[in-house]
Amino acid sequence: MEETDVILLVGSSTREAHPIFFHHVIRGVRNGARLYVVDPRRTSTAAWADLHLPLHVGADIALANAIGYVLIEQGLVDHDFVRRATTGFDAWAASVQQYRPEDVEEVTGVPAAMVRKVAIDYGRADRGVICWTLGITEHHNAVDNVRALINLSLATGKIGRWGCGLNPLRGQNNVQGGGDMGALPNKFPGFQDVVDPVARARVRSVWGDIDRTPEKPGWHLTAMFDAMHRGDLRGLWIFGENPAQSEANSGHAIDCLKRLDHLVVQDIFLTKTAELADVVLPGTASWCESEGSVTNSERRVQRCRRAVPPPDGARDDIEILVETAKRLGVDLGIRSPHDAWEELRRVSPMHAGMSWERLEAEDGLQWPCPSEDHPGTPFLHARLWEDPVPGQRAPFAVVAWAPVAEPVDESFPLLLTTGRKLDSYNTGVQSGHLGAPLSRGEALEMGPGTAAEHGLTEGDRVRVSSRRGAVETVVRIDPHLRTGLVFMTFHHPDQVDTNLLTVDTSDPAAGTAEFKAAAVRVERLSPAPAS
Amino acid sequence: MIELEIDGQKVTVPEGTTLMEAAATLGISTPTLCWAPNLDPATACRVCVVEVEGSRVLVPACGRKAEAGMVVRTNSDRVRTSRKMVLELLGSSVDLSAAEQVKPWMASLGADPSRMGPAAPPSAAGERDAARAGHHHATDGATAATVCQPIKVDNELYVRDYGKCILCYKCVDACGEQAQASFAIAVAGRGFDARISTELDKPLTDSACVYCGNCIGVCPTGALQPVTEHELRQEGAWEPERQTQTDTICPYCGVGCTLTLHVQDDRIVKVTSPHDASVTGGHLCIKGRFGTRFVAPRGS
Repeated sequence: MEETDVILLVGSSTREAHPIFFHHVIRGVRNGARLYVVDPRRTSTAAWADLHLPLHVGADIALANAIGYVLIEQGLVDHDFVRRATTGFDAWAASVQQYRPEDVEEVTGVPAAMVRKVAIDYGRADRGVICWTLGITEHHNAVDNVRALINLSLATGKIGRWGCGLNPLRGQNNVQGGGDMGALPNKFPGFQDVVDPVARARVRSVWGDIDRTPEKPGWHLTAMFDAMHRGDLRGLWIFGENPAQSEANSGHAIDCLKRLDHLVVQDIFLTKTAELADVVLPGTASWCESEGSVTNSERRVQRCRRAVPPPDGARDDIEILVETAKRLGVDLGIRSPHDAWEELRRVSPMHAGMSWERLEAEDGLQWPCPSEDHPGTPFLHARLWEDPVPGQRAPFAVVAWAPVAEPVDESFPLLLTTGRKLDSYNTGVQSGHLGAPLSRGEALEMGPGTAAEHGLTEGDRVRVSSRRGAVETVVRIDPHLRTGLVFMTFHHPDQVDTNLLTVDTSDPAAGTAEFKAAAVRVERLSPAPAS
Repeated sequence: MIELEIDGQKVTVPEGTTLMEAAATLGISTPTLCWAPNLDPATACRVCVVEVEGSRVLVPACGRKAEAGMVVRTNSDRVRTSRKMVLELLGSSVDLSAAEQVKPWMASLGADPSRMGPAAPPSAAGERDAARAGHHHATDGATAATVCQPIKVDNELYVRDYGKCILCYKCVDACGEQAQASFAIAVAGRGFDARISTELDKPLTDSACVYCGNCIGVCPTGALQPVTEHELRQEGAWEPERQTQTDTICPYCGVGCTLTLHVQDDRIVKVTSPHDASVTGGHLCIKGRFGTRFVAPRGS
């Protein structure tokens, strides 16, 4: 980030959601990079930008394609790179012809001149980085949103080089590691496909009989809730997650959890989800009460260490798993996190070079790291610059803009988008104890235009309703928020359960729900008694 | 590469190396208060001064770059006299009780702050903040002027004890352009009235502060302390020698900041980050530095 010319942050309130990563962005800016921020809200991140592109919620593909249009029109495509390292350029180039910035202004909400400025700057720059967060991925067409951005880096050859690349900024401390370890319905550890015979053979050589492992991908989270609803999924074991409050359309999620024959929740607190459980297993706070590793956004595997003893009765997550397996008659052969790591190294080639000793001694290691003399990989896809390109070439994707799953209408005239605040985190299970001086609790944020239309002022109590549920909260005026768009967090679900409102329409491939766009209406409640 | 001589020994260092870094390669440690490995040298405290042959004045080793052929003395009479005087002036005007690193320097140099006279009475709350340029009156010389004043406690996360502030500017740099870019604090006033202030002397809670605590992370004298540490010190229960320090990874967002957990009696009493961690450079956000309370309530 420090050594690049253009930084494009899309749907990312980095300043608040990833404060220390934003330090690196600021250093890049100080070193001369131009910063462009794409966000429907003028966030504290957008305030730092050379240009803030205030797009309409859900218009990301139209905007990315419009940038693509300008790259082609202005002759800024790196044709050598495209020819050697990619496939599908012609089809993509044809598809973006419908997205002339002037023609899609109404869809994107972004003035064509801004789109042209960003496209030309990104196209001309030697190095450019695109980063995104949940503004891109918490949509019903999340995968298409991401592919629309990938197209831009492929067209300009801004991938596989220092100071370039595509960076999803991970929202949770080990969400990358969870994927790396195979906590995905279609992958073994190390992103090896469960249907790949080579991967199956490798895994079998370590795990022995895996024939009971289904040969087809399983359910992702959203599909699991659908299966619970249908009655196909009868038992569930949840580790350190609070879906009763964090799932979109949480009323539906709770209903699904209640239908289960048996629910086990393993957590460090008695969360709302744990209250629904048949059995609660008290786990340890894995980052300070037990040993192990996590993987951050830059694919850096990092050691977590035990600094304090867990409370009486709480047990390490691995210990609980191993002990449960034992009672089911299986010895997993793992006595410690170190044992589990050594097993992973044999299963996952991209972790093979990361010895426990190296992780202990070094400042983390970035995968892939296939052998012990390998230094780790600071950026991916360098192979695309080899001639000829080894392996598969990178495919362009033709992606078309589609409106949000639930557009506003007369009954629900406002669009609600959700996000995170600097001093809070998700459903507040951890950050609720912080005592943050800035925290003002939950509120419905709206711009002066929306407030005037509804005859509301700061502090008014309101009921916010969507097709799925309703919550009561207070109005807060954000002078930068456009008319028609309102904002809430889901940090304080015990007071205001925002996810009762959100839409659970999800991306068919990724299963991510459209937390970022729900149609709502707002009604004033009679004034609360003065407190 | 550049060759120079320090205390009679030849040393070769890369261009851009400071005299402090060059001395360190010879095993010579340089005392300093205002220098931090993750900030640009402020060259403010003058504790690190060394003698360079041909230079009229002593130079700050933390900021002065090595030059070919320099002849440097880090332990001459002139250096020792200057460092001793600087420490005595600091020690007579500022409460250095939480700056543990100063004690051995004072002892080895024979610095005696008390020879500046008995301390003048402390200022009332807000008195120093109200001082305006040109209003300062010199004392009668019978007492040593001090910056002593009541501690500012206006939020749940950290306290500001400016009676311990040596005006090294590190907090301003960390809050401003060298790390956090919040610009909540700056130096206000002139001369002995200079102090660290929020914009227009507003309370912290009305300022641009986002409570990242990166100012605490770089403060060399304990003028800025997490509330936990402050309360333990007040109780006389802050015992660094009994604390363990364990590096782990922050449990919040996916950036992967290394946290050093300072633990006393099985309780996390302070969180810092190593200055050489590639992700953090020693700086954290509010959640990393203060967001560990959910672990603390145990047993209470």
